[in-house]
Amino acid sequence: MLKDITLGQFFPGTSLAHRLDPRTKILLTVIYIVALFCAESFVSYGLMVALLITGVKVSGVAPKALVKGLKPVIFIICFTAVLNLFYTPGEILVQFWVLKITKEGIFTAFFMALRISMLIMGTFLLTYTTSPIALTDGLESLLGPLKKIKVPVHELSMMMSIALRFIPTLIEETDKIMSAQRARGADFESGNLLDRAKALVPILVPLFISAFRRADELAVAMECRCYHGGQGRTKLHVLHYQAKDYLVMAAYAAILAAVLILARFGL
Amino acid sequence: MKPIIRVENLTHTYGQDTPFCRSAVDGVSLDIMEGEFLGIIGHTGSGKSTLIQHLNGLLRPTSGTIYLDGRDIWADPKKIRDVRFQVGLVFQYPEYQLFEETVYKDISFGPKNMGLSEQEIDRRVRDAAAFVGLDEGLLDKSPFELSGGQKRRVAIAGVIAMEPRVLILDEPSAGLDPAGRRSLLENIRSYHRQKGTTVVMVSHSMDEVAENVDRIIVLADAGVVMSGTPHEVFSRAEELVAVGLNVPQVTRVAMELRRRGVEIDPAVYTVAELRKALSALKGGKASC
Repeated sequence: MLKDITLGQFFPGTSLAHRLDPRTKILLTVIYIVALFCAESFVSYGLMVALLITGVKVSGVAPKALVKGLKPVIFIICFTAVLNLFYTPGEILVQFWVLKITKEGIFTAFFMALRISMLIMGTFLLTYTTSPIALTDGLESLLGPLKKIKVPVHELSMMMSIALRFIPTLIEETDKIMSAQRARGADFESGNLLDRAKALVPILVPLFISAFRRADELAVAMECRCYHGGQGRTKLHVLHYQAKDYLVMAAYAAILAAVLILARFGL
Repeated sequence: MKPIIRVENLTHTYGQDTPFCRSAVDGVSLDIMEGEFLGIIGHTGSGKSTLIQHLNGLLRPTSGTIYLDGRDIWADPKKIRDVRFQVGLVFQYPEYQLFEETVYKDISFGPKNMGLSEQEIDRRVRDAAAFVGLDEGLLDKSPFELSGGQKRRVAIAGVIAMEPRVLILDEPSAGLDPAGRRSLLENIRSYHRQKGTTVVMVSHSMDEVAENVDRIIVLADAGVVMSGTPHEVFSRAEELVAVGLNVPQVTRVAMELRRRGVEIDPAVYTVAELRKALSALKGGKASC
């Protein structure tokens, strides 16, 4: 049950999407999101869907895995769609008590649902094809200029990569502790809200203790290897943009431009 | 003796319908007899831990059945908690599950979940603490102030306090120093002797199992490969080595002697037995 969490999961591979520079992928994801929010018509949405499908095809990620990522937010998607369905003013199609469905409402609801789903699938495509280390490397490099105004960029990205690294470990640990307490008759599934909250204490206390112990051990291990922050630290894999990065970026920029121009002409 | 737990054709597959699908236990059948001290051995990844989590209903079999006193434990899934009170399971490194403010409260967690009276809980906590060799004075301390070995004892007492009919321990001595190891095993042995309950000890240390148990079940590659008394199992020492397990050091000495042409029973597994076998041999030689 807990093992189904896919947050930050990475599927190793050798596709073009895997080999792109992480910075390119982060930039592309940003462009993709901007374009998605500028798209307003069937034509521009069609363009975006085509782009997403191409991305999935190129990456070789199973479409099933992407759809699975939508599961936790399905409620938000439905909620937004329903709100838009009833509260968009325009040409009334069906009226029922205070609720009315308009033609514009149907369109907006449909586009809203599509937009959120595509937003999530697009960002999942990034984490599925980029290892957490590459991701934080890319982020650190992109945010590099902020160092000039004393933002601790290196420390932030180090924290992020450690957090990502320990998600699976903590999930496994939680599973183990839950089993151990169940073996002593702990009951997590029945009772009212207060009972259930109380039932969490035997899980949370050992979990916190082990998280602190791990953090302590990790800090010592890092210090033993002379870690002292980002000052003067060099990288094993220095990021370099290659021809393919520029090509893909140009293609994305063209698509963003197309979507913007289409929006301008109200298409 | 009649079986208290019977496992029939148990298979457990992790991650079914995914590319990571893997059977950790595959078609295992075995009986655990009332009152016996059973050892389950197998190397890492042989399915030991998965198997024992089925015995108290923490995992549900992919296929196959577990009987407790002849009744399918999953016949009524709502009653699975009762099974967990009757089959106590101590996990590997159980000290990581401690959470209460005092040792006393932590040990009483299980009995409290059983809904026992205050008085009965008190008796069980004190009994359990005595069995694992915890001083009465430690009961009011925080479990987090104790040493590693003492924490382990508190966690084991937490399961013993439920007074289960079967006590299962997964690698109870892992990570302890030799002295702590010896005294903990001695505590478990005397618990078995005095209470007469069924004890199942899972381990990969042959020496530990050889000295303590009545019967051994050997697991390898998700299945049972051998079962019998220590003498029967260790007389097939070569097969044990073939499935990647160690044999007790004493048995290894005997095997090596046999290989060099000395007529000696290869199934000796305690120091006392080896001494007897060797002095018998010496007596024979002196006569020629």
